[in-house]
This record gives sequence, structure tokens and C-alpha cells, in this order.
Amino acid sequence: MSILIDETTTFIVQGITGREAVNLTRECLDYGAGAQIVGGVTPGRLGRDVHGVPVFDTVAQAVEHHGGPIDGSVVTVPPAFTKDAVLEAIANGIKLVVIVTERIPRRDVAQMVEFAKQHDARIIGPNCLGIIVPDVIKMGGIGGPAKDAAKAYTPGSVGVISRSGGMTTEMSSTLTAAGLGQSTAVSIGGDAIIGSSYAELMPLFEADEQTEAIVIYTEPGGRMEAELAKWVTENDSRLPIVAFMAGRFMDEMPGMSFGHAGTIVEGKADTAAEKIARLAEAGIVVAEEISQIPDIVKSRIAERSAV
Amino acid sequence: MRFFEYESRQIVKAAGIPVSAHGFARTPEEARRIAEEIAAPVVIKSQVLTGGRMKAGGVRFADTPEEAAREAEFVLGLEINGHMPRGVLVDSKVAVKQEFYAGVVWDGIRKQPVMLFSDMGGIDIEEVAETHPDRVGRGHFSNLTEVSDYEAKQVIASIGVTGSALTRATPILARLARLFVRHDMTLAEINPLALLEDGRFVAVDAHMDMENEARGRQQTLLKALGVGDEETRQAREATPFELAGEEVDAQDHRGVAGNVTEFDGNLGLVIGAGGGSLTLFDAVRAHGGKPANYCEIGGNPSVAKACGLAKLVLQKPGVEKIAVMMSIVSNTRVDIVARGVIKACLELGYDPAEKIAIFRIPGAWEDEGFKILKKYGVEYCDRSVSMHEAARRAVEKIQGVAA
Amino acid sequence: MPGTFIDVDVDPAVASDPALAAKLTEVCPVDIYATGGEGGTLSINEGNLDECVLCGLCIDAAPAGTVRVVKLYDEGAVLSS
Repeated sequence: MSILIDETTTFIVQGITGREAVNLTRECLDYGAGAQIVGGVTPGRLGRDVHGVPVFDTVAQAVEHHGGPIDGSVVTVPPAFTKDAVLEAIANGIKLVVIVTERIPRRDVAQMVEFAKQHDARIIGPNCLGIIVPDVIKMGGIGGPAKDAAKAYTPGSVGVISRSGGMTTEMSSTLTAAGLGQSTAVSIGGDAIIGSSYAELMPLFEADEQTEAIVIYTEPGGRMEAELAKWVTENDSRLPIVAFMAGRFMDEMPGMSFGHAGTIVEGKADTAAEKIARLAEAGIVVAEEISQIPDIVKSRIAERSAV
Repeated sequence: MRFFEYESRQIVKAAGIPVSAHGFARTPEEARRIAEEIAAPVVIKSQVLTGGRMKAGGVRFADTPEEAAREAEFVLGLEINGHMPRGVLVDSKVAVKQEFYAGVVWDGIRKQPVMLFSDMGGIDIEEVAETHPDRVGRGHFSNLTEVSDYEAKQVIASIGVTGSALTRATPILARLARLFVRHDMTLAEINPLALLEDGRFVAVDAHMDMENEARGRQQTLLKALGVGDEETRQAREATPFELAGEEVDAQDHRGVAGNVTEFDGNLGLVIGAGGGSLTLFDAVRAHGGKPANYCEIGGNPSVAKACGLAKLVLQKPGVEKIAVMMSIVSNTRVDIVARGVIKACLELGYDPAEKIAIFRIPGAWEDEGFKILKKYGVEYCDRSVSMHEAARRAVEKIQGVAA
Repeated sequence: MPGTFIDVDVDPAVASDPALAAKLTEVCPVDIYATGGEGGTLSINEGNLDECVLCGLCIDAAPAGTVRVVKLYDEGAVLSS
């Protein structure tokens, strides 16, 4: 199985007529069994189509045309309009929103997340590439064109969670080359406030029988690793976790931001060194290099099954 | 982006929070005039975007306007952590009965802002939180409704503050919380918030940090403060090399060549994107390499942009070779970047095979890219060579056997 | 002058046809083609040749075989549409 999405998932693309959105739509339609993109929304463009996907002015029209609830939405509208688009999706019954847009102020993100919570919906992102279930479906630009995504991702037992979209693919490709497939890979976004953190996705992977281990990519900034370490300790998770931490050099440069918006060392808890210590305390192995990850995963899975 | 103290005070004041009588001066003469107006002993405070000004001697006391001018002259010429002050704040020296702390920050885990209040003001709040956790009150508030005064009251009362101090501090904390939200702050802090002998509260220092992403919609505030678009307010000022990097990025709208940052090594880096650059920079250093720069290429840049960036790095004094590396790309094209970096070498009269230590970008259009690299004799590798291994090979080419 | 990596070779009959020149100008995403010749005939922005993304839109826009995109780095291989 997988988490968040599977072959039955229906979704729309908000901002579908934008250049990147057109590509993303093509990629998702081409990948795996072909995503069921049941509509696109761009205000003022009702009646057009993008790669055969009908375009609507409102999410409500898309839902009406579909004739029932739609599972998800990929939001690719400019930052100033993102909050409105996300609220519209959630208000129209959509339960899974993947926000691709970057450079959204965190006040807006926090408002969207709180609104989602009230409506029992989930947000992935912002500033992310989405979700992929290898050979089945992808929701977002993750992995790129279908043939490139097929090269990097294969079905299997490792769940991947990453703050970097590109590194989601790099790590999955490394796993694939070592014969380790992925159950689901999620690009969660690199901003300071995001819809779904490692710890918030862990219960889903925990409940997914196919998943036997988790690989995460992380960076300095924020306290999401501490939250994950706490979750792992408190919940006696069955899943071994292997982490990779990039941006260790940033510990020497407090106040400077590199990589993603959320990557900045503002306090002691933000540093790579501190995070690595936290993760290690919770029994999470932190790999020095990405190429070491597959072997660590294999031995951790073997250890667990020996118990 | 960070605000100077004198700007933070304006922001706080505009939100209805009382501040001690003060003025901003760029010259000793202006400082004297402000001290005359205040007509009481004053404090002269350096206006720099860095901490530790007290320790560095950037805060001085003066009893007369003449003394104020003298002290201002000293502070205006005092460099603190590599920053020259923009001016001085001339602040009236108030009769403080007790120092409090009031602040608002984001909680990225709860995804809500949180109000903080302590009766141990004047020192670093993180320190107080560690040593006296019971003396710091905390209260998260909703993003969807405006914070109400009672929420601030609860936070203040939670640490045992009562009486008129409670009723007077409540609107201050609530207003701070509302301005934090209204102005897209990532930090809004009054420390110390002084309780005066006469029972009034005034902000004696304030520290504000606004989110860069919100600059567009905070134009009214920025204009009122006189902050121009060109002021980036980064933790350290951009070097000419870094400014040249921004120019390369701005030359066309295709793709990004961002975050060009100068270091003093001999290995130039043409790397991408966000996470990939962080990983690769670490990898080069892990193998004992000395990066000459950091950068983030992404979003499918034009040949011209990749070329411009590579040229900039190649021309940086001390750079012996460049390493062109990324994590697997799906949007950026291998062949386009290959063309750009080779062109940069050719246009500068270098042999690409000699100057490019390694090219490790797997992914979109790699077959086409590898053809180009092969033709020019550049060492390249596909995804079967890890990012760390590629970095190791690059370092080895400059330094012999890498660590 | 060709680019370092890419050259385009357009038949004179196409280059001298203002309608075709306009069409090529419109389809090229990196502005290699322009209508800067006499009477709106074809001109080539040589500075943009190396920006070619090998999309093949120009090849499709003109009669078969009249526009050739040459990959100079690949022993002069010609892009097929």
C-alpha cells in the first residue's frame, strides 16, 4: 500500500494554465497508471482544457462536474493568491492539498494550516514537489517527467520524507540502485512552517503495512527533528529511521540563510550538530553520506525482524 | 529582515505601546539637540544590526547635552562585530523599578504564534527559559481570529503577576501580538519592558524581525520607516562578488542562480539546487576541500545564466578549478548547464577539460549533456557516482589525494 | 556565425519568405529567429543559438527539410523533429 494517495485518488490542479502547471499536469497524467486529474482551476479560463483536463473558474464547478467529492488539489498559483486558493479547495471538501508555490509568508501558511485542521484536511508543503507512489501515481512535479521519475523511483518498502524536493529524488534513486524500493516518497517543503512535518506523517507510515523503514532528508533550522525524535520515543515506533543532514557548514554561520527559507540557524536548537544529537538519542541513525543510506536501512530492517 | 532599534521603537509606538522619550541621531550635533529636548540624563545607544553592543561599548551614559554629543561621537565611530552604526539612539534614562520581557515568536511545530512574558527582563529570554522556566509565561494564539486582550492577560497572570502591573501590561502584550501578525514579523520583542517607579510601563528596547517574503505587502510600513528596496538587511553585507552574482541572476528570468556567497577557497562551485547545494558544500568540506563560493542553481536556467555564473566563479581570485555538481535534476537540464559552463571556460580562454574538475549532474537531458562534455574532454559522471564521491574527486584534482 | 554548440541552417527560399520568417520567430522559445531581414525576411540572432532547447518547433513550422538544427557537439548531427 501507500500513504496519502493511491491509484483511486482524484485531484485537481489549481493554477493549471500556468507554464509549470501545464508541465506538471502532463507529467502526472503520464506517470504510472496515470493520475485521475479531474479538473483544473484558473479564474476566467472556464471551458479551456490542458492536456484534456477541463478547466474551471472555481473549485465548486470542478466538484460539480466531477459529480462528487474530489480527494486532492495541487496548488501552483502565485504566492499572493495561494492562501485564497487553498481555502477555496478546503471549503469545497478537498482533504489533501499539495502546495507547490514558494515564497509564501508564514502568516498565510499558518492560517491555511489552521483552517485545514478545522476541516479535517491535510496540507503538504508549501514549497514542495509533492507525493509519489512508485509506478502508481504522482501528485506534483516530484521526479520530473514520467520517464525520469521511473528511473529514480521503484516500488518497495521504504518511506521517504524530505525537506528538499530534489533530494527526495536523489535519495530514492540511491535506494533504487541498491534494490530498495519506496512505499511512498513525500517532499514536505523547506519552509519554516509547513503543513505536514516528519512527525505528522509518521503515524501514516506506521499504519502502512508495506513500509518497513523510513529515510528522511533534513537541514538546519526549526525544530521538526526534535518533534520527530519525541514522537519516535513516545510512540515506540516499529519503523527504523535513517536520516541525512545537509548544511552542516551553516552551524558556523548563524543568521545566514541558505537552501530553503526555513534553513537558518537562529538558536542553539536550530544547528545541525544539535539536531544530529537529538535524532541519535531517539535511535535514529544519521548517515554521513547518502551512499551509506541503503546499507544502514538494510541492516536496521534486519535487526528489527530479528527481534 | 531585521529592523534597527530606532525603527522597532517606531513600530511599537505606532501600535500604541508607550516608549521612553528618545530620538535618532546621525551626528553628535543631532544627539546634543535631542538630549537638550529630553532635558535629563540620557543613554546613547549604537544603532547596529548585531548583538553584543553593550559588551562592545556601544551603550554610553551622559548627564548633559555636551556629554551626549561627546559620547555620540565615540559611538558613531565604533565598529561592532564588523558593522559600523547607522546612527545612535538618544534615550532618556528612566527610573526603572523592575524589568520585564514581552515577546512574540512563531512556533513552527504548533504552527501558531506564541506570546511570551517574563518578570525577568533585561537578559536573554532563552537563558531565562532554561534557568527559570516557571518565570516565562507562554500562550499560543489562533491565526484565524484576532488575538484578544484576555489571552495576553492569561499569559502574564500565569507567572504570578497581578495588581496594576497585570492590568497595565496586558494591553501592551496584546498590542505586540497584533502588530506581530499585522506586520508579518518573525520576532517582536520588547526587552526590557520597564515598569517605572510611577507604575507606568515603557518599552526601553525593542527588536523586530520581519519576514522577507512579506516585504511586498508591507510596503506601507517600510515606506513610513524609510527602508528602501535595496536594503536587504542580511546578517552580513553582500560582497562585490556576491552582488555580481545577483546581477548574473537578474540578467534574465529563466532559472535561478541564487544565494551566491563568497568563501576564500580555491575550488569554485557551480552547484544546485537548495538541498543539493547544502549537501555538496558539506561534501567538499568533508573531503578537505576549500570552496571558493556557495551558490544554488535551479529552475532550469538559460545557457547564458549558467555561463555567467561559471565565469564569475572562474574569475574569482584564487580559484583554480570549478566543480559543477547537482543532485538529480528533473527540471533543470543537464545539457544546458553543460553548455553554459563549457562556454564560460572557452570565453575566458581556458580548456574546459582542465578547468572543470568534475561535472556531476544526472537527470533531465543527461544523454545530450554527456555528449557535450565528452566532446570537450570534461570528466563527468552519472547518478551511479554519489554526490560525495563526485566532491571527493573534485577535491583530489586540486589537492592531490583528498582526505 | 554558428554558435559554440548549435547552428541552424535555413533554406534560402524559407528565409526570404516573410510569412515563414514570422512563423519561425513566433514558435522559437529562445528567440533564435527574427524578422530583421529586408522586408520582414528572416534574420538569425546568433547570440541566442546556444540557447536552443532542441524543441524542434522550428523544424515543424517550416516545410519538411528546409530548417535544420545542427548539434555541433555531436559531429554535426541534425535534430529530427
